[in-house]
Amino acid sequence: MNVAILGGGPAGLYLALLLKNAGLADDVRVVERNAPDATFGWGVVFSEETLGALRDADPETHLAITDTFARWDRLDIHYRGRLLSSRGHSFSAIARTRLLAILQERCRSLGVRLEFGRELADPALLAEEADLVVAADGANSASRHSREQAFGTSVEPEGCKYVWFGTDLVFDAFTFIFRETEHGFFQVHAYPFDEHASTFIVECPEPVWRRAGLDRLGEEESLAFCETLFAAELDGHRLLSNRSLWLDFPKVQNRVWHDGRLVLVGDAAHTAHFSIGSGTKLAMEDSIALANALLRRRGNLDAALVDYELERQPVVERFQQAASESAAYFGRVASYRHLEPIQFAFNLLTRSGRITHASLTVRDPGFTRVLDAWFAEEQRPRVAPPPMFAPLRLAGRTFPNRVVVADEGAGGGAGLVLSEVVAVSAEGRTTPECRVLEDDSLAEEVAAAHEAGALFGLQLGHAGRRGATQPRSRGVDVPLFDGWPLVSASPVPYGPFSAVPAELDEDGMVAVRADFAAASGRAAAMGVDVLELDFAHGYLLASFLSPLSNRRDDAYGGTLARRLRFPLSVLDAVRDVWPEDAVLAVRLSVTDWARGGLDVDDGIAVAQAMREHGCDLVHTVAGQTVAGDRPEYRRGFLTGLSDRVRAEARVPTLVGGYLTTPDEVNTIVASGRADLCILDLPPSPLERELGAPREGSDGLLLVESGG
Amino acid sequence: MNIGVGLPNTTPGGDGPLLVEWARRADAGPFSSLAVLDRIAYGGVEPFVALAAAAGTTERARLATMVAAGPLRPTALLAKQAASVHALSQGRLTLGLAVGARAEDFEATGVEYRTRGRRLDEQLAYLRGDVDADRVGPARDGIELLVGGGSGQAYARMARYADGYAHGGGPPRAFAGAAARANAAWRDLGRPGRPSLWGQGYFALGDVERGNAYLRDYYAFTGPFAERVVAANLTSPRAIKDFVRGYEQEGCDELVLFPTVADIDEVDRLAEVVA
Repeated sequence: MNVAILGGGPAGLYLALLLKNAGLADDVRVVERNAPDATFGWGVVFSEETLGALRDADPETHLAITDTFARWDRLDIHYRGRLLSSRGHSFSAIARTRLLAILQERCRSLGVRLEFGRELADPALLAEEADLVVAADGANSASRHSREQAFGTSVEPEGCKYVWFGTDLVFDAFTFIFRETEHGFFQVHAYPFDEHASTFIVECPEPVWRRAGLDRLGEEESLAFCETLFAAELDGHRLLSNRSLWLDFPKVQNRVWHDGRLVLVGDAAHTAHFSIGSGTKLAMEDSIALANALLRRRGNLDAALVDYELERQPVVERFQQAASESAAYFGRVASYRHLEPIQFAFNLLTRSGRITHASLTVRDPGFTRVLDAWFAEEQRPRVAPPPMFAPLRLAGRTFPNRVVVADEGAGGGAGLVLSEVVAVSAEGRTTPECRVLEDDSLAEEVAAAHEAGALFGLQLGHAGRRGATQPRSRGVDVPLFDGWPLVSASPVPYGPFSAVPAELDEDGMVAVRADFAAASGRAAAMGVDVLELDFAHGYLLASFLSPLSNRRDDAYGGTLARRLRFPLSVLDAVRDVWPEDAVLAVRLSVTDWARGGLDVDDGIAVAQAMREHGCDLVHTVAGQTVAGDRPEYRRGFLTGLSDRVRAEARVPTLVGGYLTTPDEVNTIVASGRADLCILDLPPSPLERELGAPREGSDGLLLVESGG
Repeated sequence: MNIGVGLPNTTPGGDGPLLVEWARRADAGPFSSLAVLDRIAYGGVEPFVALAAAAGTTERARLATMVAAGPLRPTALLAKQAASVHALSQGRLTLGLAVGARAEDFEATGVEYRTRGRRLDEQLAYLRGDVDADRVGPARDGIELLVGGGSGQAYARMARYADGYAHGGGPPRAFAGAAARANAAWRDLGRPGRPSLWGQGYFALGDVERGNAYLRDYYAFTGPFAERVVAANLTSPRAIKDFVRGYEQEGCDELVLFPTVADIDEVDRLAEVVA
């Protein structure tokens, strides 16, 4: 087999030497546009796991690479004049030029043809003489461009503006520096890559970059600006430029990675934002996977390329997801500047979802011990409970822990038992089974929750245009044949076969407001600790908030301020009768997940208005404003929204979104992404086994006689 | 976890006598369900017709569409076909529906492709809400509804109207991700309990090349993805056992293994592996 590789970066060179070394190709040539010693960027990072893969794939280069490594296991965070360190983050780095030199040398000794300084030829021409053409020519791959349709390529900028410097300061840890200026937040990602120098990446959101005038500065002025800004941390050392210009990071995705005999590897196939430091690692792992697939499927190129894609795509998707979370975090990091340093640091460490409270406890038990103690608000405690079991004081009530259970029969142990939605009136029911709040309807449940040591929360709502439907065991929004008249902000039916609601008129508003206030009074009298008003999921009050369901042209429709008017008046009426020493919460869809509807910024503005009108807690949900929305379901799908509401509207939050483990709850509450979490507990086969012992399972092993 | 087997209703050679005998053997074997695929602009037997034939020769197994493209049929006709199979089989229909992916099926039936999501929503609301049930019989009571598809809208549709989720195939890890999404949607819509989770895979235990050729042809419309489906074809007892174990671990309730070769011995071969 003859292989032509376009691009002489780490992915291309590594693939070339692996193919040649395994005897998989008779002829391997690498065509590179630049000179052999041309360099872009400074150092590249590897994790321990990646090093293991490199050792297994080619011990010789592994030895040469690890010989010149800078290694560290500490991560330093400079924030608000403090230096917080966390240990146990094993990483290594190498100068990019050194890595390339090692790979080039190994390629030469194995007989790979290296052709530097050659403009990349048309892949179609190369294909005439090669059995396989590999596009390893980076994020801006020229050989991919001609066939983007076939690959399903998308390239979108993500994250902040950034610039990639070197420095002669040798850091002794991976270092994050956060600096607040009059223009906004700047941050640095820095790490050593040999005994002489470190990589020093500066980034800031584009508006900050413009305000600081960086869009008008040249290379040298820009370097001087950054040297001045980080003079304290640089401690007299210089920043080094290597055509260092401010850039946007391109997120590259391809639906498929091969088309005929042209295959993509490394950045040409996918990029992952530099803030999780995985670009080179993923690229070289691609090369290993492709070489292995070609070995396994010798003689069957198509099957090998499919194997390669099947193996790599799921891994890469996970890293890209984490990288995008990380990039977005650094884009909005200024919104976390109110967090105490220890919480800020934990929030930073857990930004991409790859580190959790549990995994950090394994890496650095000292860090989580101090975090847990701080979170439990104890005075210099020696021992503190995990964050999930730290009490929460809110509006005169104390939640014994951070766990909320929303389903009945969940057993004890939660800090808050949240009821199903109870209607303020018979017209406001969702189904005939839905309860209407009567004087004593909750007394037993409140008593049972208190007995179990939990607070009791009541969800109070009016179904609006989602009313008069069949029971939820059958489905949702399946209309009754003999329903009752519905009301909503505007006469727009919710889903297929739904009845057309009447527009709620002024008299109706007065009545609904009075119903909410009266029900709230009854709830207070019954000893309800948390009253949660339903402003979510397209029910009556929510229908006013979104332009998709509110088409009114009176004083209650139009601008967001007008759409807020009636819902806020209900909140005010309830606030008047609800005790000061109990918690008043709202459940709020902070985005409609639908074109033309509320987006997250709108949702945060609504949450802020609710807070200003006396709401103590926002139960953050999303969507269901309209039946045809585009939700984004996955494990923890609401956590990111809760995080933004809590940080930007500065209001405590409660969040669900299919959280199933204590580790998720510990991570979410300790990082400040929410204050309370709904825990869903999937049934475990262990419970079944322990709950109902099988006959004969008395501890003796019963051996059946064979037949 | 239960294990079902597909009927070769879209596989070349799946003629009448074979389908009937296939169903009979499956019903007598270790399989809890018999499932069919749906294609219009392709050879093979229409799914509801195939299930009707199976209904006559089976007594026990559930009869499932895995899945049918709902929008390709007028809603009342879809309800009538489904309810008819349900009546013929004395209440054994599991109706899996999705929007349908193949543009040529929509061209062939003259149905608009772009609005198929909205049409499926209407169909599900019609079926679940017993709309027109006084005119369009037989009774729909007890038809188990599944919805398939990978978009957020598909999961929402599933949680809103159906009893469970029909996964489209892939390794156990892909199923695990889908199961988490299905559970998340189910909780988000406030449904009690948990959704029933159905998975599927392809197998060929005899003439593997014939099976692979069928998959390449059947999935030609997906372009390069066809090779991935071929790569995932389960072609050894060990591969099937690993697959079954993986799905069971990820919480699958019913795993349907679809044949890629219409050879009657394939039912017995599979029965031996999964028994």
